[in-house]
Amino acid sequence: MAVETPLKGNIGDSIRRKEDDRFIRGRGNYVDDIALPGMLHMAIHRSPFAHARIKSIKTEAAQAVPGVVAVVTGALLAQHKLAWMPTLSGDTQAVLATDKVRFQGQEVACVVATDPYVARDAAALVEVDYEVLPAVVTPQQALEPDAPLIRDEKDGQTNNHIYHWEAGDKAKTDEAFAKADRVVSLDTFYPRCHPSPLETCGIVADVNSATGHATLYMTSQAPHAHRTLFAIVAGLPEQNIRIISPDIGGGFGNKVPIYPGYVVATAASLLIGKPVKWVEDRSENLISTGFARDFHMSGEMALSNDGRILGLRVKLLSDNGAFYADAQPTKFRAGLFHIVTGSYDVAAAHVEADGAYTNKAPGGVAYRCSFRVTEASYLIERLVESAALEMKMDPADIRLKNFIKPEQFPYMSATGFEYDSGDYPRAMQVALDKLGYQSLRQEQAEKRKKGELMGIGVASFTEVVGAGPGKHYDIAGLRMFDSAELRVHPTGKAILKLGVKSQGQGHETTFAQIVTEELGIPAADVEVQEGDTDNTPYGLGTYASRSTPVGGAATAMVSRKLRDKAKRIAAHLLEASDADIEFDQGKFFVRGSPAKSKTIQDVAFAAYTNLPDGMEAGLEGVTYYDPPNMTFPFGTYLVVVDIDRGTGQVKVRRMVAVDDCGVRINPMIVEGQIHGGLTEGFGIAFMQLITFDEEGNCLGSNFTDYLLPTSWETPRFEMGETVTPSPHHPIGAKGVGESATVGSPAAFVNAVIDAVAHLGITNIDMPVTSDKVWAALHEKGAAE
Amino acid sequence: MSVSQPITVTVNGDRKTAEVEPRLLLVHFLRETLRLTGTHIGCDTTHCGACTVLVEGVPVKSCTMLAVQADGQQVTTVEALAAGGTLHPIQAAFKQEHGLQCGFCTPGMMLTSIALLQEKPDPTDEDIRWALSGNICRCTGYMNIVKAVRSAAAQMKAAAAVPAATAAARS
Repeated sequence: MAVETPLKGNIGDSIRRKEDDRFIRGRGNYVDDIALPGMLHMAIHRSPFAHARIKSIKTEAAQAVPGVVAVVTGALLAQHKLAWMPTLSGDTQAVLATDKVRFQGQEVACVVATDPYVARDAAALVEVDYEVLPAVVTPQQALEPDAPLIRDEKDGQTNNHIYHWEAGDKAKTDEAFAKADRVVSLDTFYPRCHPSPLETCGIVADVNSATGHATLYMTSQAPHAHRTLFAIVAGLPEQNIRIISPDIGGGFGNKVPIYPGYVVATAASLLIGKPVKWVEDRSENLISTGFARDFHMSGEMALSNDGRILGLRVKLLSDNGAFYADAQPTKFRAGLFHIVTGSYDVAAAHVEADGAYTNKAPGGVAYRCSFRVTEASYLIERLVESAALEMKMDPADIRLKNFIKPEQFPYMSATGFEYDSGDYPRAMQVALDKLGYQSLRQEQAEKRKKGELMGIGVASFTEVVGAGPGKHYDIAGLRMFDSAELRVHPTGKAILKLGVKSQGQGHETTFAQIVTEELGIPAADVEVQEGDTDNTPYGLGTYASRSTPVGGAATAMVSRKLRDKAKRIAAHLLEASDADIEFDQGKFFVRGSPAKSKTIQDVAFAAYTNLPDGMEAGLEGVTYYDPPNMTFPFGTYLVVVDIDRGTGQVKVRRMVAVDDCGVRINPMIVEGQIHGGLTEGFGIAFMQLITFDEEGNCLGSNFTDYLLPTSWETPRFEMGETVTPSPHHPIGAKGVGESATVGSPAAFVNAVIDAVAHLGITNIDMPVTSDKVWAALHEKGAAE
Repeated sequence: MSVSQPITVTVNGDRKTAEVEPRLLLVHFLRETLRLTGTHIGCDTTHCGACTVLVEGVPVKSCTMLAVQADGQQVTTVEALAAGGTLHPIQAAFKQEHGLQCGFCTPGMMLTSIALLQEKPDPTDEDIRWALSGNICRCTGYMNIVKAVRSAAAQMKAAAAVPAATAAARS
């Protein structure tokens, strides 16, 4: 009987995840699992109003509750210059409100107590006297001339306008529109939603008053950047700050910003001299932490009579909430929205973006895709759908006609991105074949004759991920490189330390596999460590699908650095010259004589025991990788829906997802990432919505109102792939964490529109709920 | 603050006696009093199922049950599943089928699945999806969780069949 050889973990091997063993035993270590001796608990008193002036804050009743150690207000923080903090977009944000509250749920006071129940009891007893002010809940309202001024504390801020930003070539775009045979337009709103990882945000702050060292256990997707920002905000010496981001229960962008709770818990620990834990509840998470989207988009597309896209013109209005806190590179005020030409060869494009303050929670903005790429992809894919309707072309055909052709790569877009590689027609064809597109079109035609509503949605997204290069992309001024440190021990086992931080993506397995591929050490023998700033090299963290493009590249490069040294050691062991040594699958041998070889384990031992004269001992190294370009994953998603005319209910019958994320390191993990991203895209398209009433009350403050997909309604996905390696990434990988959330919402909405467009319904904004569909059908006299 | 009450709860086979406030949630009793942190808190409102434990074998969201209500009852948490160090088939299947990513929902998912398999040893995909619809996962899209439960069912069925077959061969 053949014995199955266990996989070593080379690139392409779907080995099981190394990190799973602790999670399936309930032995993960999340922030809320941490308990330190003498630890106190913090609860936050939050504003019930969206906009109000604070007349007074009384804390006596809260102070009097047995077990309460301290009540922290903005006035106390102001004495330490901590009442305000900088945001990731160079704005300021209140840590605890002193003058006004500017959104419902804003942090006003914090209670620190010996018991979490007591802290909550006492937080409810903080008495705040408010003068309620009119609330501004949309950016359109915010920009009215007589709108209430939200940021009246900012010098020189006389209205609620934050920024105006443009990209592309206006004159060239105007010219393209002047020459166009047809122009289609679409006004759409990508509503506010929330990443809602299952674990909320929290911290255990442990400041040692004797040494001044601060150890902060934090739900952080970017622990190193957070350390630097903490040093700047709190004025603590950076060498005394250690951020430990332990196991993270999902991030999706929610754990990129620094929240007031982190800062106050740290300040409280410093002032009291004991560890302080703050873990928010779900409502706090939904009403006050980084939301996503809330983006109003108007797009126009210039077309020739034969369906060629000649130009694209886009106007944007962004609702940034009360503090401009987007996590995005400083050069780009609307993120990387200008990737809006998508997968298409569009000669001229122009984007104008404006941002406004409102009385709503600040961003964030990231939700399984940062930098506004999701919004851009949604707009172009919806616009192409509109163009297909206008031109009476098949939505697949109009895409095939306008795709950037494989031979055009590297391709410079009209708004200044150099696309690294792609083969869009092939991904489209694989998807069409897998779905059986033509026969479904026939079925649709037959159903339509009978009055039944069936739609097929097409979306062919291109994403831009993997930031840097550092010369263009930064977070709060920190260049977006990333790092890997590899230490190979004498017995041939290794520890890999990274500047990125997994939140469930499987880094402990994937990055070990890169070392396996490059050095031949089995993945089981490579321990991957992340998230402890004292013990990992500096990096910018995990978001924007950047871990594999940047941290993965750093891992490959540091492995190659060690391989070069290992070759020289092998030459010494084999008594040959360095130039004659070859390496294959963990073995070093003299060219032409593979039978006589030294393994990587032999060489590692020699690195500590038997070195050539003059060589430094050890087999260790560190690499900081600044990518030469972004990577551009892409794919085609196809969705089939059936719509009930009586209820407006949309049933997703099928979904085919063909992704090209370049080389797949662990295909099992890649598919898992896509499954999750598609599900979040499904949720955004059909159910997830954070909305507000006219007084600024948040109407999505718990999971009763903010609906997330469950196993019951989530579609069953059919997966496909193509592989177009990134030419500039050391192993050809592109990153995949967010593609599916970027690409899928348009596919779902296009499917709905495809089912009802013949009735004259050309747009329904997300979330496409049954009541909205029914109302649209009813308006056209088509509801039953 | 109200007066504490004595309770005795059998958790993972061990009798645990404690004086607790009547308002103490079962999930806090497990996590804070007993330091069994494998049971997680995700939403506080009974929606997400991260806090699911078995009370007398029945899945219960422990964020919506008081510790005093568990007085005199048997509670099973994720920590009990790998009895004697051997993984329960559901644990092995979650790993094998990549049924977890961040791991936060996993304990609740596995306990709900175990209760399902006790009731229905051979569930359909629809049975599994319906049974797990009170447990939210934000990472996996449920595809591989369903596969894991199906695979565990097959494993458990095969394991149950072995002693029966052996007995039949002997008779």
